[in-house]
Amino acid sequence: MSAARGAGRPHPSWALPAVLFFGFFALVPMALAFGLSFTSWNGLGEPRPAGLANWHALLTDGRLTRSLGVTVALTVVSCAFQTTAALLLGVWAAGPQRNRAVLSAVFFVPFLLSSTAVSLLFYALLDPNFGIVPGDTLGTTSGAFLALVFVGGWQFIPFHTLIYQGGARQIPEVLYQAAAIDGAGRLRRFRSITLPQLRNTAATSLVLMVVGSLTYFETVLILTQGGPGTDTAILPYLMYEAGFKAYDFGYASAIASFLVVAATALSLLLVRVTGFGAMRSTREGM
Amino acid sequence: METYSRRWFLGAGTTALVSAAGLTACGSGGPGGSDGTLTAFVYGDDAAKVQAKAVSRFNASAAARETKGSLRLEKVPGAEYPAKLRTAMGSPNAPDVFFNWGGGSIKAYREAGQIVDLTGTIAGDPVLKNGFLPSVLAAGALGGREYGIPMRGMQPVILFYNKTLFAEHGLKPPATWDQLLDNNARLKKAGITPFALGGADIWPELMWLEYLVDRIGGPEVFDRVKNGDPAGWGDPAVLKAARTVRELVDDGAFGKGFSSVAYTNGGAPAALAKGKAAMHLMGSWEYSTQLGKFPDFARGHLGWCPFPEFDGGAGDVRNVVGNPTNYWSVNTRTRNKDTALAFLRTCASQTYARELIANGDVPATANADKLLDASPSPEFARFQYRLVREAPAFTLSWDQAVDPDAATPMLTEVNKLFVGKSSPERFVAALKALK
Repeated sequence: MSAARGAGRPHPSWALPAVLFFGFFALVPMALAFGLSFTSWNGLGEPRPAGLANWHALLTDGRLTRSLGVTVALTVVSCAFQTTAALLLGVWAAGPQRNRAVLSAVFFVPFLLSSTAVSLLFYALLDPNFGIVPGDTLGTTSGAFLALVFVGGWQFIPFHTLIYQGGARQIPEVLYQAAAIDGAGRLRRFRSITLPQLRNTAATSLVLMVVGSLTYFETVLILTQGGPGTDTAILPYLMYEAGFKAYDFGYASAIASFLVVAATALSLLLVRVTGFGAMRSTREGM
Repeated sequence: METYSRRWFLGAGTTALVSAAGLTACGSGGPGGSDGTLTAFVYGDDAAKVQAKAVSRFNASAAARETKGSLRLEKVPGAEYPAKLRTAMGSPNAPDVFFNWGGGSIKAYREAGQIVDLTGTIAGDPVLKNGFLPSVLAAGALGGREYGIPMRGMQPVILFYNKTLFAEHGLKPPATWDQLLDNNARLKKAGITPFALGGADIWPELMWLEYLVDRIGGPEVFDRVKNGDPAGWGDPAVLKAARTVRELVDDGAFGKGFSSVAYTNGGAPAALAKGKAAMHLMGSWEYSTQLGKFPDFARGHLGWCPFPEFDGGAGDVRNVVGNPTNYWSVNTRTRNKDTALAFLRTCASQTYARELIANGDVPATANADKLLDASPSPEFARFQYRLVREAPAFTLSWDQAVDPDAATPMLTEVNKLFVGKSSPERFVAALKALK
């Protein structure tokens, strides 16, 4: 029995290329960055051992807390904005009408553009003299923050729309027919059928969104450079600034290590909370 | 074992960004190719074609044969040149000769013993010693020692203005601060923003502080900071300059939305060219930017003048700030220093100066004055050349002059001051706290 089952599964060695690739390009550099975080190094000569100095500075100089606050705020607001928009658009796009198919294809275009190109585009659009947005958007904290949320949303909502569209198409038509017979209105059907049926879809989309916002970088680099002041300096930007502007690679590596730990913990937590790992079918008994 | 681990480290190093820069340092081999060809890193923008020509001419010259070497030019693209140079200098693929901005941009290389001290070479070689404008040569020095040979055009910061707009409103280019404020008031009344400012890039904001501190307190104020004393920021001139900046901002001298205007995407130059703003404090490259984007405006309406005097200020009105020029420096680990130095000497030649001029640059060579008639814009070139030649002091842009790890927080503080997230007093306190 067990032999038969083993024969049907791929041999563990099949995983070797992926494991090697991941190990070489992710684990090894990660370990080295962790090692660097205990040194003082400006990119020239040999790194000098610095003990816990970088970590001490990271935990006490206030930059991390400030940056963490911005990162969390940006993640939460982005997720709320993107989920709402993508859910509504996705469910709408899942309809069988021809025009919806065409429009969904058009909606998908922003996702095909590079983040850098999108950021440069909005950078020009935000110019108060020649752009479409009057006033000093990037000069105020809330303006710069909302600009980041909007630009990120503009680019990534199409992707999540696609996920929700796929999810909504999977919902058996009979459920809606039964509900209609029972006299359920459009809103009621959305709340009692569509939403619960999309639970797993939402979990997938949310995990991707959260992990995505933790690595959100180009948009900040191009649009705000962490400004005004340091009000939009999220963790990845702080890391870049410490490493490649100030050449303080020890401190930058400490941020990088922190980011790895935080992102891993967050993903694990999300998987736990959403039940992503032990995902149960939403159509049991159908 | 050591070789093995080094190679292994290097392989892994090409992967992650932060670690990549770290790992390459584990190599300790000398720079240069195996065939005796030296490598030169240059900032790979349009102007690099002048250096490319100089390299091929050098390779065919007697000097190259005598020193038994040749050069290969590597154009490092993009604005990330400093980061790429830093990574390469820590690796076995370090360049022998490298482009830099002098000042803070080479401080780390000097501390690591990776940059050749050229003081003796320059003093003992009349071609180099008398070849360049003294203020430009001095601006690239660190603590009185020379490490670089000027190799590109000068880039002083100049006050540009719209001549036509000035004529329409009966204005004159401001020579004193009172005239500047008077101009501002009249322009605002006419619904025109007095100054274009690309605040989204932050460094254009820095130019205002650089000039104000110079005009108020003289070049000595920043010199003290540049030479490693952060207490120099406590000079009253810095506070006065910061207050003046706040007054200008509050007065609407830069318009309301300047933090969303960028220089790099053409927003600020367009504001000047289209008459939305009347003046623009910017590096001399503004001229070629305007010529490229708004040729009619650049030829017919663009005016320029020095930064005005500040009443009661200690600084000479002839002083300039900006990027004196770019420099070639030599890596101490080069295999053929003779070839490298022979190549550096060619930068003082008339031929090289002529090529820079043909490209629209104004070279920092001592006798370029006569050659400037051949410039595509002789009038502007001569103004620029004389401005620098007559300048008692040429202050290197602050962000280039200080250590890179102090430059980033400094720019952040400048930005906070301009957007009103910090007061002049807090600005000074924050700068004093920089390393």
